[in-house]
Amino acid sequence: MMPKTVESQNLSVELKEVVITGNEEISSGVHLISWNRTHNFNPGQVVKIASDLTMPPRIYSICSGNDEPEIRVLFNVKEVGLLTPWLAGVIPGMKIWATKPYGSFSDGKKPAWWIATGTGIAPFFSMFRSGISENKTLIHGVRQLSQFYFEDELEWAMGERYIRCCSHEQSCNVFPGRIISYLEEIKELPTDINYYLCGKAIMVVEVRDLLISRGVRYENILAEIYF
Amino acid sequence: MKDSLFGKTLNELTALAVELGLPKFTGKQMAEWLYQKDVSSIDEMTNLSKKAREILSGKFEFGLVNSTKVQESVDGTKKYLFPTVQGKFIETAMIPDDDRKTVCVSSQVGCKMGCLFCMTGKQGFQGQLTAGEIVNQIRNIPEWHEVTNIVYMGMGEPFDNLEEVLKSLEILTSEWGFAMSPRRITVSTIGIVPGMVTFLNHSEAHLAVSMHTPFDAERQTLMPVQVAYPLEEVIREIKSWDFGRQRRISFEYIVFKGLNDSPRHVQELCKILNGIKCRINLIRFHPIPGTPLERTDENTLQKFKDQLNDKGILTTIRSSRGQDIYAACGLLSTKEMLGR
Repeated sequence: MMPKTVESQNLSVELKEVVITGNEEISSGVHLISWNRTHNFNPGQVVKIASDLTMPPRIYSICSGNDEPEIRVLFNVKEVGLLTPWLAGVIPGMKIWATKPYGSFSDGKKPAWWIATGTGIAPFFSMFRSGISENKTLIHGVRQLSQFYFEDELEWAMGERYIRCCSHEQSCNVFPGRIISYLEEIKELPTDINYYLCGKAIMVVEVRDLLISRGVRYENILAEIYF
Repeated sequence: MKDSLFGKTLNELTALAVELGLPKFTGKQMAEWLYQKDVSSIDEMTNLSKKAREILSGKFEFGLVNSTKVQESVDGTKKYLFPTVQGKFIETAMIPDDDRKTVCVSSQVGCKMGCLFCMTGKQGFQGQLTAGEIVNQIRNIPEWHEVTNIVYMGMGEPFDNLEEVLKSLEILTSEWGFAMSPRRITVSTIGIVPGMVTFLNHSEAHLAVSMHTPFDAERQTLMPVQVAYPLEEVIREIKSWDFGRQRRISFEYIVFKGLNDSPRHVQELCKILNGIKCRINLIRFHPIPGTPLERTDENTLQKFKDQLNDKGILTTIRSSRGQDIYAACGLLSTKEMLGR
């Protein structure tokens, strides 16, 4: 018989207790929680979060800038989820378990398009808040207008380089439809830049296929999928 | 719609028997009918009283689902298409090889992982399979009595449907179930670490990890999961396990032309796998529509294998089977889905 590793022992190695400093419901069922930063990180990195050491942690993209004093994480409350309904109720002073930031979904100085659906905006907002949005275009796709998280800040700072697509509601300056439809309408997509995709698998797969069919090299397409 | 008996564990069957006012041992009897005998209806469970069968039939169905399509390759490989309760399709392959018959089962309808080289990912995620739907892929093919090996390498990521996959493994390996040795079962993952750890703790089946390149940046362009579960973390976790003499850990490696077939890759593989008693399975790429990736040539493939073996890593090339019947996983069900 092989020796059995105790799962919680593995988790305790990397998870540390952190104290919640804020919990804001920024849209219906969507929360932004924060705690004091104890490690440096690169925008685009993720953290694992757990309510205790008996449950496997979940992974979330960091949503704050890398020179801000707090780490913030954006999440949707999943009714049948084990973690998010509890996480939605945390208040400042409460403790959760979190790992130090890790991962390598990071952008550099090269021009890029950032493409996100829903809470997939988080790593790009982190990049934006970290000051690397100068030659980037951000395309955010949602179902309802209320899901354009951080839109005031993004619209003010990025102007026409901030594109909103909404599939179920309409508004001025918002493309009526999904991201894939918006991209399909563009006759010539730039092929000499990087593309960063973040969100649900179906968006990532559809957009990646479209980009490749338009001559973008697959090496220039990086994706993070929320599952 | 009635609930299915097929796919329930012995504990669940016993609990429902007690709940229905039937003797406790009815659970064991049902398990034998469901998983060990050639019957497909509750009426045929003849060692249960008529009244017990009536009570069961009032609330449950036996639960086997027939395949709606089967394709047979010139090499004997068969691909079965099964409908799911959600009205979608899943694929199951039966691969004969000398005295072995290996069944490759799906664990999800579609997939969330979005790997660049995979056809299933193009369907997006359609839903989870139940343990019954997973085991049905073995029990409900004509060859089920001859099945020698099972691999969870069909559609979906098994550790993204962990609970049902573990339940299906319990049914397959328990004395009251199919009584298969876990050493004849391999579960393949792209490296969902928490699921992998739970699986290693709760099952004795073999583990296969889809690696495809030892370099993080390259893997990220092929497999988005690399951001959440970097290969380094997967390898670190595997190194913390003693797999013993009988349990096997293998790494799946689809070889792409000019991408991951160089001596540099051999060197890095040796470096990161140092200390793990494992095997590498090299896989020929079955091109899918619109892919920018290409299959490496046979000469390079052979050389790559020889170099790894020379370095002391047991490396084999998986034989390509069923190429004339949409061999790449996901092609047949995607075609069926689009055709509807």
